[in-house]
Amino acid sequence: MSQASHRDEAGDRLGMWLFLFTELLLFGGLFLLYGVYLARTPEDFISAGGELDLVLGTANTVILITSSLTVAVAVSALQKGARSLTLWMLGTTVLCALIFLVNKAFEWRAKIDHDIYPGSKRLLAGEGGESVFYSLYYLTTGLHALHVLIGAALLGWVGFRIKGGRRDGEGAVLENVGLYWHLVDLVWIFIFPLYYLIL
Amino acid sequence: MSEQRQTHIIGYGTLVLIWVLLLLLTATTVAVSRVDLGALHVWAALAIACLKAALVIGIFMHMRYEGRLLRLSLLTALVTLAIFIGLTFFDVLYR
Repeated sequence: MSQASHRDEAGDRLGMWLFLFTELLLFGGLFLLYGVYLARTPEDFISAGGELDLVLGTANTVILITSSLTVAVAVSALQKGARSLTLWMLGTTVLCALIFLVNKAFEWRAKIDHDIYPGSKRLLAGEGGESVFYSLYYLTTGLHALHVLIGAALLGWVGFRIKGGRRDGEGAVLENVGLYWHLVDLVWIFIFPLYYLIL
Repeated sequence: MSEQRQTHIIGYGTLVLIWVLLLLLTATTVAVSRVDLGALHVWAALAIACLKAALVIGIFMHMRYEGRLLRLSLLTALVTLAIFIGLTFFDVLYR
């Protein structure tokens, strides 16, 4: 009881946001690299980016946006005391994360089958800008996919904690994991136009 | 003792509305990218992405309901990022 009354939820959130700012700058740096090389070798970027699958990219955008909704609903539901709705929404979110990763795996698989990966014969023989584009593509989407994996694991963990009936501060934990998940969505909101749309 | 907004609960209806808006913006940005606008389409895509990001941060991430401390922190982070990007391009484009 004494522990519960000592929780500082505003402080929890501030700490989480500070961490998210560092993530923002991390991905911001990758977007900056992308922008500079796009300005330097626009033709190479356009020919390389044209090979990305717009349908798969759009599908993954819709999946991540939907998963953001389900997390937000889960947070509201827990605040209202609707625990089973919370758990259903968390389950849906994890499912969305897994579908996203499967799509991503297919996308990478197709690229690798076409001999497109850092250091592949095709890229080494081609224009320098194309090679840079795909290095950035694998680095950015790979780092993002890692975040999806971590986010899904955290959501699963918090789901089991709530299911297990723990009450102390579960709202704050879920809120912060939710914030992390929204950041994953946020990063994708910029990856999508940069890599799949504008080229 | 603690701040008043501690538990601001956002209704399901609002959340679903934001979700619909995000999907509409996604459809818009895909449609716009298929039209040939020249260099303008980069800015159109980025503007729509920023709008989507604002919706996610403001509502899904509760930033609209947070206090001044968090809002100013967010602003600082975004301004820092903008300075990085702005100064880098100032160098790259006018070298």
